[in-house]
Amino acid sequence: MTQRPMTRVKVPVLARVEGEGGLEIVTEDGQVTEARLDIYEPPRFFEGLLRGRRYTEPPDITARICGICPVAYQMSACLAIEDACGVTVPEQVTALRRLLYCGEWIESHVLHIYLLHAPDFLGYSSGIHLARDHPEILQRGLRLKKAGNRLMEVIGGRSVHPVNVRVGGFYRAPDPRDLHALAGELEWARQAALDTVNWVAAFDFPEFSRDYEYVSLLDPAGYPVMGDRVASSRGLDIPARDYDKYFTELQVPHSTALHSLLDGGRTYLVGPLARYSMHSGRLHEAAASAARAAGLGATCANPFRSIIVRAVELVYACEEALRLIGRYEPPDPPSVDVPPAAATGYGCTEAPRGMLYHRYQINADGTIANAKIVPPTSQNQRVIEADLREFAGARLALPHEQLTWQCEQAVRNHDPCISCSTHFLDLRVVNRAAARPPAGAGPASTRT
Amino acid sequence: MSDAERTRPDESRKPTLAVWKFASCDGCQLTLLNCEDELLAVAGAIQVANFTEASREVVDGPYDLSLVEGSITTPHDAERIREVRQASRFLVTIGACATAGGIQALRNFSADLAPLVYATPAYIETLRTSTAIADHVPVDFELRGCPIDRRQLLEVISAYLLGRKPRVRGHSVCIECKRAGHTCVMVAHGTPCLGPVTQAGCGALCPSFARGCYGCFGPMETPNTAALSARWRELGAGDGDLVRAFRTFNAGAQAFREEAEVHDTAADDPR
Repeated sequence: MTQRPMTRVKVPVLARVEGEGGLEIVTEDGQVTEARLDIYEPPRFFEGLLRGRRYTEPPDITARICGICPVAYQMSACLAIEDACGVTVPEQVTALRRLLYCGEWIESHVLHIYLLHAPDFLGYSSGIHLARDHPEILQRGLRLKKAGNRLMEVIGGRSVHPVNVRVGGFYRAPDPRDLHALAGELEWARQAALDTVNWVAAFDFPEFSRDYEYVSLLDPAGYPVMGDRVASSRGLDIPARDYDKYFTELQVPHSTALHSLLDGGRTYLVGPLARYSMHSGRLHEAAASAARAAGLGATCANPFRSIIVRAVELVYACEEALRLIGRYEPPDPPSVDVPPAAATGYGCTEAPRGMLYHRYQINADGTIANAKIVPPTSQNQRVIEADLREFAGARLALPHEQLTWQCEQAVRNHDPCISCSTHFLDLRVVNRAAARPPAGAGPASTRT
Repeated sequence: MSDAERTRPDESRKPTLAVWKFASCDGCQLTLLNCEDELLAVAGAIQVANFTEASREVVDGPYDLSLVEGSITTPHDAERIREVRQASRFLVTIGACATAGGIQALRNFSADLAPLVYATPAYIETLRTSTAIADHVPVDFELRGCPIDRRQLLEVISAYLLGRKPRVRGHSVCIECKRAGHTCVMVAHGTPCLGPVTQAGCGALCPSFARGCYGCFGPMETPNTAALSARWRELGAGDGDLVRAFRTFNAGAQAFREEAEVHDTAADDPR
């Protein structure tokens, strides 16, 4: 449209992310001076509306923060409330929770790999466009996603907002026969996940890596899914209950999602790259050897290669699901009693996109006095902006359309869930001299 | 190769589908992607013209069928929904946020919540209430659920393609529950259940897990909420329990809103 590549550029809503947001890059004399992930998803005030609700309600209410990772919200909520009430659930409940969580990792990672991220590498607008040329690939993806959803349905009743999770455990323990019946499909899925690793490992990746500080949970059960300690690749190792002492949230004008900082100033990364880079040694052999064959080292600092790491975690989740089904003992009773206590509790689990922190202060009558929720995408906003600054800075000479697509891709690397973090992505590359459009004015006119 | 070149020639003759998001969790539009066995058939029968969560490609409107997820919570969205309506021949709202305001409509019943979440609430431009799409523009069909049910969504899309009315029943969860042969959790176990006043569609999931229905699909046609509240009281529920039970994902739906108000006024007494 224009021959002046660094005047204002505007594309419609950033696609293939969960939720909606915008992107703005400011350049001065050919240098990126500012890169912002604008999040203008209308806030829904979950932390406010939890006040006065019963302490048993957060698993159902906070699940509604995200349709893609509801189990993450349910699990962090349960752990935090059980922590406040001083209850430890039996091992069988924890194992069943981990199994349910495997279903969510499978469903969410497949969604991102096949429908949101891979089309970028192959030059398609969507997974549906990809399917026109390669129907067998998308069919493999959809069958894999269904395997994850099916696991969630057997344990939770449905994959979006499962109904069977409660504080203390489950309403009903799934019948072992129903779980064993999934084993065949999960064995197929494990092989399809290995094929997925090979498929994505052959994509072209930009030479780009960052010196990230990774943050992930430490999970006594193995590769981190749920745990009570938070650790970083630069030496942080704290109990989850000390989270607020080390991590601070910050409100910025261009986002309805709060930003997070470590130790008052450090930007850090959560999610598959962080889990893998800190815990690749704890993967099962099948996933570990797939990672090696795909050319991953013990750590991975190229965010574009996160698609390979997600595929490796997909192998892990299938394998782990099979292992847990093999040794499944129905928790009996399916849940333990959790009497309310006037106390504060803390819960951290690894959502598919990274660590998700919940904190609840409960009153003696069992109502919630206050709640705090820190989703992975909020924590990753600063990293996404830093990635964009560095990535775009070296590529400002690219044709505008190509730069736009690659910047979108740099955001999608981190699988941002904007619904979680609070929604519109609208990329603007703005030269400081150029006038800025009124905030939020873009999408309405470009979408209809 | 451009997208236009990749578009098949017959694509232009297919009806166009657009998916729109307002304040929501993405779970209802994800339900479309969760139709794993049918997704490619749907994409074969209908041109996915605007589905931001799934595609970078945006085909200009107007659109034959628009699926709208989410509720109206900002002045900007109150404007945007009018533009979506203008660009849509047939507009279907999907899910409790779009049909009743969603869980975020709990704000309609309490003081301003922004200061509880944000240090500088002035940056946040929102409406005082979260409201259903039908409160703002005419809606052709409302599909209930938190989340919607996959089979019902496929029924709505199929019915649209065939030019008939969707077969989505307005009866209670109880009918579904009996048909599935589940033991009644309220009669047999004394578990409070919203099934008698809640619209069917989920497949009576909660009773199948020995749990009382918690109202994801909103009020059934002509629900007797007062009778159900009386029964809940016999089972030990207080006013606070009743208010909370009716005020969840469908808090803004008329029958649930009114029943909650009855007990809210009675519950001035602190718990």
